[in-house]
Amino acid sequence: MIRKVTMIGAIREAIDEEMLRDQNVIMLGEDIGELGGPFGSCKGLLDKYGANRIIQTPISEWGFTGISVGAAIRGKRPIAELMYNDFISVCLDPIMNQAAKLHYMTGGQVKIPMVLRAPCGTGRRGAAQHSQNMEALFAHIPGLKVVCPSTPQDAKCLLKSAIRDDDPVVFLEHKLLYPQKADLDDSIETIPLGSAAVRREGTDLTILTWSRQVNFALEAAEALAAKGISVEVVDLRSLVPLDWDTIQKSVCKTHHAMVVEEDVLRCGFGAEIAAQVGDELFDELDAPVRRVGALNSSVPFCADLEDEIFPNPDRIAAEAEKLMKE
Amino acid sequence: MQSYDKNFLMEVLENLWTVRKFEECAKDSFLKGEIKGNVHVCLGEEGAVVGANMALKPSDYIAVSHRGHGHCVMKSKDVDHAMAELFGKETGFCHGRGGSMHVTKLESGLLGANGIVGGGIPLATGSALTSKIDGDGAVSVSFFGDGATNQGCFHECMNMAAAWKLPIVYFIEDNQYAVSVNIHTVVNTETLAQRAQGYGIPGVVVDGTDVLAVYEAMSTAVERARNGEGPTLIDCNVYRFTGHYVGDPAAYMSEQYLKEAHEKDVIEKFKAKLLEEKVATAEEMDALEAKVAAKIDEAKKFAVESPAPDKSGVLDYNYSMDNERSVAR
Repeated sequence: MIRKVTMIGAIREAIDEEMLRDQNVIMLGEDIGELGGPFGSCKGLLDKYGANRIIQTPISEWGFTGISVGAAIRGKRPIAELMYNDFISVCLDPIMNQAAKLHYMTGGQVKIPMVLRAPCGTGRRGAAQHSQNMEALFAHIPGLKVVCPSTPQDAKCLLKSAIRDDDPVVFLEHKLLYPQKADLDDSIETIPLGSAAVRREGTDLTILTWSRQVNFALEAAEALAAKGISVEVVDLRSLVPLDWDTIQKSVCKTHHAMVVEEDVLRCGFGAEIAAQVGDELFDELDAPVRRVGALNSSVPFCADLEDEIFPNPDRIAAEAEKLMKE
Repeated sequence: MQSYDKNFLMEVLENLWTVRKFEECAKDSFLKGEIKGNVHVCLGEEGAVVGANMALKPSDYIAVSHRGHGHCVMKSKDVDHAMAELFGKETGFCHGRGGSMHVTKLESGLLGANGIVGGGIPLATGSALTSKIDGDGAVSVSFFGDGATNQGCFHECMNMAAAWKLPIVYFIEDNQYAVSVNIHTVVNTETLAQRAQGYGIPGVVVDGTDVLAVYEAMSTAVERARNGEGPTLIDCNVYRFTGHYVGDPAAYMSEQYLKEAHEKDVIEKFKAKLLEEKVATAEEMDALEAKVAAKIDEAKKFAVESPAPDKSGVLDYNYSMDNERSVAR
């Protein structure tokens, strides 16, 4: 059956179905009890699964993310929900030094089948402490997997894969995508981590992107088509593992590559992709890889200023035209 | 002491010797350059380690600090493979990937040592949460130094464990020094046990140079945890014979402290008591010491002669699923 579902609804369904499927799945986070989560990811789940599995915590991010790691060592499959990914600042130790490293440091004895879910993204007028994109930080840490879905279908099916994965997965959900409704095909159970999706086929330019910027890239591609530039939009969906095969195939077809990300450009994950494409596909490229990202700035509160910060369809299209003229 | 049978008391002594000699071996091997990196030994703190661990069942869980070799030996009962880990060998519990600060043996309930001060506190608390959810009857214990009580995770986890009545014991190996900083210069309470009041749980001070007192305090706390009554904070006063790490000149440690430390050496105190109460003769105790010394010599021999991990395995264990692709990209 194909239904119209919001992304937050799809996420809630994934949590619900995985909790039903495996009783080791537990959830920890703030306001996830009666309120059903700050953004509604757990609506109704406390009544259905009880306080032993929907574990509402005090505002203690270091504590509850670390407790999730401890429970994962013991065989639980915890989903820890950060209210905003920006709050990783107060709980990085359990993620960076414990979850990411325990399988390695223990020579494979310990597994951490844990998901850290965290709303991310610029554009909601949240100002500098509630508007960041942190995927590059997480992707830089060996041992973590990093997923950045852009559609309700992907959010649901990738989250289910993340929950079933035996490694710690950081699952970054763009807040402005939560209310967006799109088709959800119930016949698809899971989508494997590390599989990119070609959202639009094209022959002249490959745009590599993820999360909310996929929508902007598609809008830009539409505008560019009117100008005779055929754009292929690749939604990476997960940054670790990275679907290199799809990237390679697309770049070898178009011979032009651009990375679009909402994170600040400096040391953003786009720089890593540009470097890999440059290193390995140099002979295929007709122009250097171009990077489009947020300005190297904190995110301002004022809407007019904030909209200056991150890429939009016009900027993406303008950068693409420049690239194609090189 | 009269309430304990001889077998138990001799087991206590054997454990004390095992931890002491394991650590002396680790220290000497480090100073000879045979063990690399950083080594933090618990010499002087054996009463806390042995007394606390003997109050646990094999099915219980412990998470320990960077000064954790003694606990690793007590919980795993396997000095050979523990020593091999310190030497970075493939036969080590962690196949040489963890070393001194990360010795782990999950199947023995050893959740791991931890290189981050306070890092194990949330892990032990998560283990206790698991036991509460599953109703498996296991108790989890978090062992850490006095320094860790000033980390935020200590407060966060104590609070949650108390609110949720988790089956856990928080055990401070209070040697008064956080690296070089004396605890009394950075906290405003007389004892660290007083902090328990803030969480509505018992806070107990115990003399870590009296191994049976530790065993008794721990037994009470473990029973409370197992009965579903929630956590206890144990402030166990111990002495550190050495600096923070092996090789630390430790000029910051006062002469008075070191003098007291050796006067109250738990092993000497315990042996004197066994003699006084006619539980064991000096010959029996010497024989036991020699037996343990031989066992530790064997452990070192095993570690030295074990192969290093194969270089081709350097990327193994980064991920348990999809390892190659996740690491490579």
